[in-house]
Amino acid sequence: MPVTTMIKMKQGKKRISFSQNRELVLLIILIAFSIIVQVRNTQYLSLLNISDMLVDTAVLIIISCGMLMVMLTGGIDLSVASIMAVSGMSTAMIMSSNPGIPPVIIILLGVMIGTALGLLNGLIIGKGKVIPIIATMGTMNVYRGITYLVANGEQITASEMTEGFKKIATGKLLGINTLIFITIVVAIIIYFFLSRYRLGRRIYAVGSNSESAKISGTNISNVLVFVYMVMGLLCGLCGVLYVSRYSVAQADMASGTEMYAIAACVLGGVNISGGSGKLQGVLLGAILIGFINNALPMLLISSFWKQAIQGVIILAAILINVIILRRSDRMLKKGRI
Amino acid sequence: MSIQRNTMIQHSSIKSMFFKREMILFYLLIIVNIFNAITSEYYLDVGGIMQATRVFLDKGFVVLGMTYVLMIGEIDISVASIIALCSCVMGVVYNAGLSLPIAMLICIGVGALCGLLNGILVAKFRELASMIITLATMSLYRGIAWILLGDKAAGGYPDWFTFLSSGDLFKIGGVGVPFILIVFIVFAVAFGVILRKGVFGKKLYMVGNNAETSQYSGIKVFNIRVIVFVIIGIMSSISAIFLTSRLATARPNVATNYEMEAIAIVILGGVKTDGGSGTVLGVVLSMFIVGLLKYGLGLNSICSEIILIVVGALLVLSILIPNMSQIIKQNTQIKKVIRSQKY
Repeated sequence: MPVTTMIKMKQGKKRISFSQNRELVLLIILIAFSIIVQVRNTQYLSLLNISDMLVDTAVLIIISCGMLMVMLTGGIDLSVASIMAVSGMSTAMIMSSNPGIPPVIIILLGVMIGTALGLLNGLIIGKGKVIPIIATMGTMNVYRGITYLVANGEQITASEMTEGFKKIATGKLLGINTLIFITIVVAIIIYFFLSRYRLGRRIYAVGSNSESAKISGTNISNVLVFVYMVMGLLCGLCGVLYVSRYSVAQADMASGTEMYAIAACVLGGVNISGGSGKLQGVLLGAILIGFINNALPMLLISSFWKQAIQGVIILAAILINVIILRRSDRMLKKGRI
Repeated sequence: MSIQRNTMIQHSSIKSMFFKREMILFYLLIIVNIFNAITSEYYLDVGGIMQATRVFLDKGFVVLGMTYVLMIGEIDISVASIIALCSCVMGVVYNAGLSLPIAMLICIGVGALCGLLNGILVAKFRELASMIITLATMSLYRGIAWILLGDKAAGGYPDWFTFLSSGDLFKIGGVGVPFILIVFIVFAVAFGVILRKGVFGKKLYMVGNNAETSQYSGIKVFNIRVIVFVIIGIMSSISAIFLTSRLATARPNVATNYEMEAIAIVILGGVKTDGGSGTVLGVVLSMFIVGLLKYGLGLNSICSEIILIVVGALLVLSILIPNMSQIIKQNTQIKKVIRSQKY
């Protein structure tokens, strides 16, 4: 491949190019955005507000990490919000009827529920060979229906929650808010898993070329089952954290989270057909979405504008990315990069 | 997959005719009707069923458009937002003093514009999956609807407007035939005939099967993609008109989750998400299966949550069961080959 060697030789000078470095572009957008908001409202970049924003975004970040793994295999998971709702709703019901249970057990219960539901997704997709978008669209409805059945028309409000449970979101661990702490731990585990472990590399292999991954000895269906199971596990965890953070569990909770998670992944440069994408990009994408959500009220913009602005930003980010990529491709062909 | 399809065409025996997708759906429709008739004594009433069609058929127009979109291997998840936006624009324009027919035309125009934007973006930026682009425009269109109306609602439509969803066109034996049912049948027949007989329909199948080959054989794939998205935009706006007529008011949060339901119905109807296969007949059948199932469960005062579970399970099982049987068949064949080689 003479062309690639030529590129490598020219890249030897270590010139930072925007098309190669998706995270850098996102970081610049994030900083520019923050500065603009900061000029309008000096409270925006205060330590308190930043920590508030991160706590609010924590659930989205964790879900996006799972969605990254799913999208790396070329799949998609639309059932995340429903799994969160099942896990959050049922653990909240259990907690309100048995106040004696310690919060750690509640979290474990939620994780177990989520893992089971994710495993079902994985089996349908991995073993049953159903296309991910159809399978998870179906289970999205099923799980949401189960949530309504579990809730039975009731909702669990803050007064019915134990202090220990509410502490999950407000308490501190090693000087950091527990939610942020959990998020950091999850992100670190997934980062090392994806970059250092055999199974993590196999996820990339399955997404970029499933045929050759199969020939080189990867059991594709097992990888898929594993990925959707981990996604379910994270959703189960997030369901509990979500209920604890907002101190309310309703049957229609968390709806729409799947779209935000997918948007965060796409912003972060994950290829929807699988095989490429980095955790750093996804983290930045999720944080950007969280910051936008938080900044609009601070700019005294009516919340009715929120959705349209989000749409424009997502659209602009993905289109600009494609345009930059195309331009660099054209330059490559002309031989001057 | 293509080899299997060829062999299926070659062996189009009576057996395979009974196990075609449309036939399976037809059996399913009969089963649903029998189930409903057994569980509820009020079900077998033509007037009641006609009444039920008024409720679920406004979704049908989007479903028809979605059939074409999935046929060319794309997907559009912004339809619910287009419906909300069209409904809001119509309400705002009407309340601003324009006459209702003009407002309806503007509504259809807005739908076409939304579809045009989607189509151009999808056709121009092939690096991005249509799911991602329509995910962004979904947010955008719904957001514009929120900006237009905020927490207010637009309403006060004249009486003849409610006729669209609740009126009868004519009566057969004392039972009124809903206007919306007739309109839906006209549209469904038109969509079906175009897909099966029309040049445009053949082009859709070809683009869905292999866009690159179609491009080389002289089909303007770009135009086809844009036209299909404009069609679904217009169909969404027609849905919006009927929905607004049924609800008698326009709000930015109407039609939530319509996109998922529409896609689910189309896939249940046998259209593959990777494009190139499926029929309008199957989609119409699955539309009635889901609609009548909901109606029947509602008659039995079974809560709407069970309906979610049933529809979701139906969607997954309708794909899972054929897949599993095929996998098992393949496995036994492989075992047979291995055994024959041993001896």
